Amino acid sequence: MYIIVIGGGEVGYHLSKALLSEGEEVTLLEKEASRYAVLAEELGEVVVRGDGCEARTLEEAGASRADVVVAVTGDDEDNLVACQVAKHRFHVARTIARIKNPRNKTLFEKLGIDVTVSSTDLILAHIEHELPSHPLVPLLELKGKGLEVIGVKIPPNSPAIGRKLGDFKLPGECLVCLVISKDKGPQLPSMDVALEAEDEVVAVADPKVAEELSAILLSKTPPS
Amino acid sequence: MRIIIMGCGRVGAELARLLDAEGHEVVILDLDSYSFRRLPRNFKGTALVGNGLDEETLRKAGIEKADVFISVTQGDNRNVMAAQMAKHIFNVPQVICRIYDPIREEMYRELGLKTISPTIIGAKALKELIGG
Repeated sequence: MYIIVIGGGEVGYHLSKALLSEGEEVTLLEKEASRYAVLAEELGEVVVRGDGCEARTLEEAGASRADVVVAVTGDDEDNLVACQVAKHRFHVARTIARIKNPRNKTLFEKLGIDVTVSSTDLILAHIEHELPSHPLVPLLELKGKGLEVIGVKIPPNSPAIGRKLGDFKLPGECLVCLVISKDKGPQLPSMDVALEAEDEVVAVADPKVAEELSAILLSKTPPS
Repeated sequence: MRIIIMGCGRVGAELARLLDAEGHEVVILDLDSYSFRRLPRNFKGTALVGNGLDEETLRKAGIEKADVFISVTQGDNRNVMAAQMAKHIFNVPQVICRIYDPIREEMYRELGLKTISPTIIGAKALKELIGG
């Protein structure tokens, strides 16, 4: 696969390195001279100096034969324009943009960017995951399905401890697919699995019922 | 008409002055309040500090009722992104966007934005000034 990475910051650098080590063909575009010099020193000729928002740079990088263009500069507007130029001028099949402002997701998707990755959302999710007051964590969005994979961590003092999965009346739009126990590791969620402290319940659910599922799993009142 | 201008540089400020003098309702946005020094003393419109790439700021500027949105900041990409927000999220009837890079300008014109490239206009005007 031929992948063009735009923006040689930390994300662009580590992404390019990882792709190269997987044997992919990569060009990394960086417009700033001093940063370019640092990157070229380490990664060699896969680094090209130029502005990935400019059609000429993309043309020189061979955008018309690229399978994927990934724009990971620190500015949402630059990532948007780079992907739009790749899409409309060079007909790149798959464009991926990093966004900092999570609200830009809707706009980018409306404008035809295939995938957006919100670094802010990812960091928030990871931090929330570590906060005991946030037992519900979105793990993965299933594109175009209106579903997401969520994790619910059972806190040490939860009333759910000792209760069996089959005892809970779960909402219809969700499917519990895994229970990860601290001691026993991942288990298939048969209805007679009893929950233990710090278990993580992984489910596929409509985002609208995710909170509800979490509330049911952690509720104080036993199910009727 | 209700007109929002993003970017209070020389062009933005002069445009705001002209439209204000004609009696239009003008809101001008800039990241830096110092830019508003360029506006005339008798400017009757609204000068608002804020990021035009932020939906909240645009709402505050009254974009939901605006007839025209014009982006003239220093950054081509900022202009393009704000213009597309105005057009595709807020459905502003007229959206105009300055793009210095002629290639990008052509592309966004094809994509349905009203665009202007001062690079081409400026170069042509200068060439015409050369005497024989």
